[in-house]
Amino acid sequence: MSLMSQTRSVIAMNVRSIPQRLWMSVATVVSIALVVAVLLGFLSLANGFNQTLKGSGAPDVAIVLREGSEAELNSTLSREQVDLLGRGPGVKVGADGRPIVSGELFLVVDGIKKSSRTKANMPLRGVGANGLLVRKQAKISQGRMFAPGSNEIVVGAGLLREFEGFELGKSVRFGAQTWRVVGVFEAPGTVFESELWADAPVVQSLFKRGTSFQTARVVLTSPGALPAFEAYAKSEPRLQLKAQSELDYYAAQAERSGLLIRYFGWPLGIIMAIGALAGALNTMYASVSSRAAEIATLRVIGFSGFSAFMGTMVEAMVLSAIGALLGVAICALGFNGLSASTLGAGFTQVAFRVQIGPEIIGQAVTLALLIGLVGGIFPGWRAARQKPLLALAA
Amino acid sequence: MSALIQLNNVTKNYRRGKEGIAIFDGLNLTIEKGDFVAIMGPSGSGKTTLLNLLGGTDRCDGGQIIFDGERIDGYSEGQLAAWRARSVGFIFQFYNLMPVLTAAQNVELPLMLTKLPARKRRDNVETALKIVELSDRAKHKPKELSGGQQQRVAIARAIVSDPKLLLADEPTGDLDRNTANDILRTLQQLNRELGKTIIMVTHDPEAARFANRTLHLDKGTFAEVTA
Repeated sequence: MSLMSQTRSVIAMNVRSIPQRLWMSVATVVSIALVVAVLLGFLSLANGFNQTLKGSGAPDVAIVLREGSEAELNSTLSREQVDLLGRGPGVKVGADGRPIVSGELFLVVDGIKKSSRTKANMPLRGVGANGLLVRKQAKISQGRMFAPGSNEIVVGAGLLREFEGFELGKSVRFGAQTWRVVGVFEAPGTVFESELWADAPVVQSLFKRGTSFQTARVVLTSPGALPAFEAYAKSEPRLQLKAQSELDYYAAQAERSGLLIRYFGWPLGIIMAIGALAGALNTMYASVSSRAAEIATLRVIGFSGFSAFMGTMVEAMVLSAIGALLGVAICALGFNGLSASTLGAGFTQVAFRVQIGPEIIGQAVTLALLIGLVGGIFPGWRAARQKPLLALAA
Repeated sequence: MSALIQLNNVTKNYRRGKEGIAIFDGLNLTIEKGDFVAIMGPSGSGKTTLLNLLGGTDRCDGGQIIFDGERIDGYSEGQLAAWRARSVGFIFQFYNLMPVLTAAQNVELPLMLTKLPARKRRDNVETALKIVELSDRAKHKPKELSGGQQQRVAIARAIVSDPKLLLADEPTGDLDRNTANDILRTLQQLNRELGKTIIMVTHDPEAARFANRTLHLDKGTFAEVTA
């Protein structure tokens, strides 16, 4: 009881004396806030990117690539193989009584990014009539779908945000051809929003692909039908292809690309944290030495070293908690929801929204509190070891 | 009268580099209950060291320190801290009040080491402030008080837990003559009316006159000077 009440008194005194060391304390709070904001910025980039990739895949859609291909760009399938996939086990049949299979092409074309006004790669996807059926999240939000056999394209809403000249009704040029934008589609939180779609046979012909496709998406009756379909795609002698759930495909891509952002964010965050820690230690040592007489007086009166330790410790934790809150606020107000784009797998731009989430806030706040903890322990130890001598209290 | 404090053959050494310096080499002292003793002496004579030993804030190297019949020289740090909280009130030259606390909160500090409930603590604080005639300044912070008033708050803090012994280290060293005399009269009153035993270290012969007797400390030994 007495240990608690004396510790409470010392903590209250420490915290209430922070204004006496206002500018040093403010500097510590700001440096911790910057650590949190920068780390959280990177983590929310990675988070937004991950969420977009993971949100792109459906568990009941199989994506089929050539054996050995990791991405759509370097895969190739023949028209016969695509037709044959529709005869596999567990394939869902559409309203027209035919299996829902979408043979697709995936090419890279140039566009001008609004943010940097430089050229960047955009994915052009050639899709057939089933293109929308295999993507339940996607729907035309402005204009209409392209007409089969025409030089018309529809653009994803994310690509429209990031690239110039794709507004509805405009004409754009890729290679030797001019295309007209006739529609905008939304597929919120997926990579598809960063794509251009055109009719697959037109793309095959204009880009000299003959009758070949690059990938196929196959809608299955249920996620449980995947293993049998996978086995069929692999073992059927005319196929020998790799089928996996779309969900797994994008999760694997998210893993690879998200790691890059995280591996950049964490070392930077930790290096900054070391800097902030030096500042916190400095502030707390200054706090202890400016209160040396007070601490000695309390020790003379009979207060324990533990209470002196806790007073310093809690002061450091309070400063780091304020810094953490400030950092989260900076990031939430400054970055959250911001539209960004980066290279995804397949060397094309993926547009996504920076997304702060509880898990990454937890990680950044933990780092801030760790700075407070280490920044408080050593000065706190010095405070606790202060001898209760009258001469020191003078 | 019976003895409140007895120092028997106390030795205390300090190390300076490789050299050991003896501050006390067989010091003996008896302070009776209810006494008011002034300790004078030149700088470096060991006055503050003596006060630290008497107040249990430093340890002797040899001999015995007996307080109210109990040997305290063998106490652990924790035991000494508890003993100080219970038995000794300290008054410092520069008051040593906590700047962020009000007068009343400063006075309450030693009671935070007890198990007294909040209401009882408040009552005790009021009584202590009344004794030093500062009831009307209870809610003031130290910087809003004069030097004399701050020292009164410090005295209230020293007596609030009703200790048997008050140790004062140059309590008037930072005050003008008139204010110093007021403070010394308050100490005298605490000694005469409440029976507190007071040991006061001072450089000031005027201050020493308020004590019942004066001990002169020089090179680690006492010479009594009649009050």
